Amino acid sequence: MSAALFVCALMVIAPLFLVTYFLVAEGASALDWHFFTQLPKPTGEAGGGMANAIVGTFMLLAMASAIGVPFGVMGGVYLAEYGGERASNGLRFAADVLNGVPSIVWGMVVYLLLVVPFKTFSAYAGGVALGLMMIPLVMRTTEEVLVLVPQSYREAALALGIARWKVICVIVLKTALKGIVTGVLIALARVAGETAPLLFTALGNNFWNHNLKEPIAALPLQIFSYAISPYDDWHRQAWAGALVLMAMILLLNLTVRFLSRGRKFD
Amino acid sequence: MTALRARFMPPTMPAAKSSSLLPPVGSPWADRTFKWAALLAALTIAALIVLVGWELYAGSRLAIAKFGASFFVSSKWNPVTNQYGALPFIFGTLVSSLIALAIAVPLGVATALFLTELAPQKIRQPIITLIEMLAAVPSVIFGMWGIFVLVPWLRDHLFIWLKNTLGFLPLFQGPIYGPSMMAGGIVVAIMILPIITSISREILRSVPDLQREAAYALGATRWEVIRIAVLSYARRGLLGAAVLGLGRALGETMAVTMVIGNRPEISASLFAPGYTLASVIANEFTEATSDLYLNALFELGLVLLGVTILVNIAAQVMLKSITGGGTGKVY
Repeated sequence: MSAALFVCALMVIAPLFLVTYFLVAEGASALDWHFFTQLPKPTGEAGGGMANAIVGTFMLLAMASAIGVPFGVMGGVYLAEYGGERASNGLRFAADVLNGVPSIVWGMVVYLLLVVPFKTFSAYAGGVALGLMMIPLVMRTTEEVLVLVPQSYREAALALGIARWKVICVIVLKTALKGIVTGVLIALARVAGETAPLLFTALGNNFWNHNLKEPIAALPLQIFSYAISPYDDWHRQAWAGALVLMAMILLLNLTVRFLSRGRKFD
Repeated sequence: MTALRARFMPPTMPAAKSSSLLPPVGSPWADRTFKWAALLAALTIAALIVLVGWELYAGSRLAIAKFGASFFVSSKWNPVTNQYGALPFIFGTLVSSLIALAIAVPLGVATALFLTELAPQKIRQPIITLIEMLAAVPSVIFGMWGIFVLVPWLRDHLFIWLKNTLGFLPLFQGPIYGPSMMAGGIVVAIMILPIITSISREILRSVPDLQREAAYALGATRWEVIRIAVLSYARRGLLGAAVLGLGRALGETMAVTMVIGNRPEISASLFAPGYTLASVIANEFTEATSDLYLNALFELGLVLLGVTILVNIAAQVMLKSITGGGTGKVY
């Protein structure tokens, strides 16, 4: 019976190894200098790369952070420092509900808000969609780390006559900074791989994006459209793109682990 | 005498003000502004929920007005004649999610049992880390792996074996294409395994040791202890974990779109292609040619949102006693 449970545990981990194996086996051979520097070639032609998709993902993540971090951190500050019991419980519950909203619904909402009025798909819309997804995540993780800052720090600072907002900004946030950064990185790792919200906001672009009001390429979008295409060369590049995306997310997760070392895990 | 008393009397303190703290250094409005800024940021959460619900409703008004309740029972999805019905998608979403739960819940609970009851510490942490890494893999990568690795294997091996051994069941009859409802269920199962495993682990860990010790004291074997003391105590929490997994499974878009075959028909066979709510939106949104088409897709999104939120709320209510409100997990 113990053996059966152990086999179940192995079956749970097996997909990770299977996916990684195929990512490396199929994708590594397609990774070369061209992949990182060239734009996609026209349909059906061999060669080309995903340079614009990689840069596009970074730009979208930067825009998402610009929305997700301020609202998320300040919201977490409110929940941890100011909130009354019922208000905080309600907001926490609401944040968890928002975490469960399917990502494609975010795409639809931002489509109505930012694409239809301006009559164009844009990088802004994609960034906003990802940023809105980040807000509940960052808010919850920020609240969790702010609660861990010892109450004696706040009391000592208040006893010295420091204004409350300064206590929070200079002392509490600074103490919790590592945890907040960890939370932001976790949220970034989550939204970096999201394709569905970008399908009808950022739309994808086969060229460089020069204006944020225009569509922009993103790595998950490019992987999706290449994977469902009928061309073998595009399939090869899709594997390579997936490998790059996985490496990015892995790097973010390893950074998170590095920053959280010394804290107790489960 | 009075001089002596005067010498030892404590000096008179100034009368305490009603606010007994010293006034803060700096401008008094800065505190208030900061607090309001933080409150506004926190309220964006509530605003976002209302916004999402309202926008989806606003975007689906035409379809709601035209089809009404028949939208939910009609199986016709015909953009050419502008006839839309949600039944195939509701069916597809439910069936693929149920298949995913049927695979992921036993595996996840068994793994959680293994990690909490049986595994030595040296194996425990690496397995937990690996499961968290599994959670970090994006949906589109699982979908791609599904297209190129899983579906060919299913088509050439597993489905044929299933048809030969269990072909008398209507579930396993019919032509084998590869992309199918079952393939969709399998990839969703892989994606919800991490959350089910980790929540189940927390629930099993919250079972008091006293229960196990009492069962041992009554002479139960190890397996009886697990079955009687642990699992039945944790039953409600494990159900909550399953419902949470269901909530994640319902919203899964990209991986399902790539392997489920995308055919809006209801079929009894698991080998048949299907279509889920999220998949049809992902595939047809940018190609919706008429306003009614787009509104119908928005109405599907509204259905998806409603069902997902209800399931998630149910899961959180069930798990509240264990996790203290909210899972806190990113995935």
